[in-house]
Amino acid sequence: MPSLHELRGRAWCFGADISTDMLSPGQYVHHPMPERLRHVLEAARPEFAGAVRPGDIVVAGPNFGCGSSRESAPQHLVDLGVAAVVADSLARIFARNAIAVGLPVLTCPGISAATRDGDLVAVDVAQGRVTVGDGGSVLSADRIPEPMLDVLRHGGIEPLLRTMAAAQAAAGDLPPSAPGAAASL
Amino acid sequence: MSATAAETILARASGRESVRAGEYVVAELDALMLHDIFAADVLGLLERTGIRRLSDPERVTVIFDHMVPAPSVAAAAHQAAARRLLRAYGIEAFFEMGRGICHQVMVEEGRVGPGQLVVGTDSHSTTYGAVGAAGCGIGSSEMAYALATGRLWFRVPETIAVELEGRLAPGVTAKDLVLSQMRDLGSRQAQSRSVEYGGEGVASLGRAARMTIANMGVEMGAKFSIFPDATSAPDGPGYVATQLIQLDTLAPQVAIPHHVESVLPVTEVEGTALDQVFVGSCTNGRIEDLRQVAVVLRGRHIAKGVRLIVTPASSTVYRQALREGLVDDLVGAGALVEGPGCGPCFGGHMGLLAPGERCLGTHNRNFRGRMGSPDAEIYLGSPFTAAVSALQGRISDPRPWLAEHPGTGDREEGADAVPA
Ligand code: SF4
Repeated sequence: MPSLHELRGRAWCFGADISTDMLSPGQYVHHPMPERLRHVLEAARPEFAGAVRPGDIVVAGPNFGCGSSRESAPQHLVDLGVAAVVADSLARIFARNAIAVGLPVLTCPGISAATRDGDLVAVDVAQGRVTVGDGGSVLSADRIPEPMLDVLRHGGIEPLLRTMAAAQAAAGDLPPSAPGAAASL
Repeated sequence: MSATAAETILARASGRESVRAGEYVVAELDALMLHDIFAADVLGLLERTGIRRLSDPERVTVIFDHMVPAPSVAAAAHQAAARRLLRAYGIEAFFEMGRGICHQVMVEEGRVGPGQLVVGTDSHSTTYGAVGAAGCGIGSSEMAYALATGRLWFRVPETIAVELEGRLAPGVTAKDLVLSQMRDLGSRQAQSRSVEYGGEGVASLGRAARMTIANMGVEMGAKFSIFPDATSAPDGPGYVATQLIQLDTLAPQVAIPHHVESVLPVTEVEGTALDQVFVGSCTNGRIEDLRQVAVVLRGRHIAKGVRLIVTPASSTVYRQALREGLVDDLVGAGALVEGPGCGPCFGGHMGLLAPGERCLGTHNRNFRGRMGSPDAEIYLGSPFTAAVSALQGRISDPRPWLAEHPGTGDREEGADAVPA
């Protein structure tokens, strides 16, 4: 399980109102995954998808992730290796979906003003603390409550469900497709 | 000091005496709703991860309404997969295509009730606030988790209290009310908050009107949109703002392309030529809406060059419209009446727009590309505005027309649908 205490990466800075349409452009939803990933955030920063490296951190202004409820928006950032998103504020459904797919996201007022592109950013997700640059400014972010941290520690809901399924199996429950597992089969 | 409806519901659901705005809680869910677009994904995720049973299948409702009847082999296969899985997981409350739009069916079937906490794989799950429930949309992974555990985490939202006074004028509807709210609040102010309605004006709004208003709460960014039927004035710390609305002063409103908060009085867009008019959706596809449209079109014909699509929100609405002779009025006036479901509302099928075309609909979203071509234009308005505009072939203020035709504009916005 990933540690939520020591994420360090280069900052990619974005402005306000980055939408799910920019994160996961609608016209590519039926394209193969590598093609889809090439267009992530291209409307805001065309070079992003090609140059982002695993462990990099997205820093943004207010209302990051506004728009639709598509889960592909945070999932694409995970697929590109983004380690965390730190924004002045986050759109509600995006924040929920991000945690659901295992992407740490923090609301950290003032982060966009404090960060320049390429700055080294250290994020302590569990403590809600963001450090910008070497010995630079330390900002406090909203603390993520325990049930959501638990989802993040597992790497998202899917791995968490696998853990729960193992517990159900150990308790002797039958799989849903097994005869007699559900009354209405 | 009184708690907000959101605080009251989340406290009860999380087994706490009281909770405050800003706190996080893990709450037990009273009802969970899935529709055909996500049912196979959600249940497939449970199967793939090896989850053997749902926390409580009796709280789960599955409704097929978006892509019905299946317009493609892919949609048909998706639905077939969902049908297999929902049987396997013991979900009894399954409403097949033809029963109607998920939110309408949930309310008609009594699958949601006052004071409940409800989630759905659909953003317009705020609609359940019309019956006093706290409803909101969630993503598919979260729904899988909610199905498996029966619980979900919530941040207790701050609340905007909306005080309604007076009554709506003839020809002005709940849709005009919520569109003017969109103009005043935009899509930011209510972001992640609960919008709760009170005041003496609430009593004049029936269930259908409340559903229209709660439905569009999500367009303001609201997490919940609730008619709690409370009499005490809001004064707790959870209330962060109050919006006072004098119902008598409201006029018909239209949202113009391409944002729901781009709202103008209909008088400012009058004369805009239309190619298509759509009456339907979970916002305005109920019997009250169909009555308003039929009373305008009865014995008349829509303008040349305009197409009219009417989609009843449910089979109950459809049958009632048949009994009242409304379907005859509508078809006689040149409308295409579709079967119950989402119809062209989200651009799936059944009435998409070509590049350059312009449509006025009674639905809830006019984002670019929502109803087909990204180069089409979508306007949103009330059923009265839609009906008179279809008659004239261009966007029209319904009030002068209704005034010239006595007995048409005084349709009770408050009257509830007669049950089948
Ligand atoms: S009618 Fe439209 S808004 Fe309502 S559930 Fe269907 S697609 Fe969504």
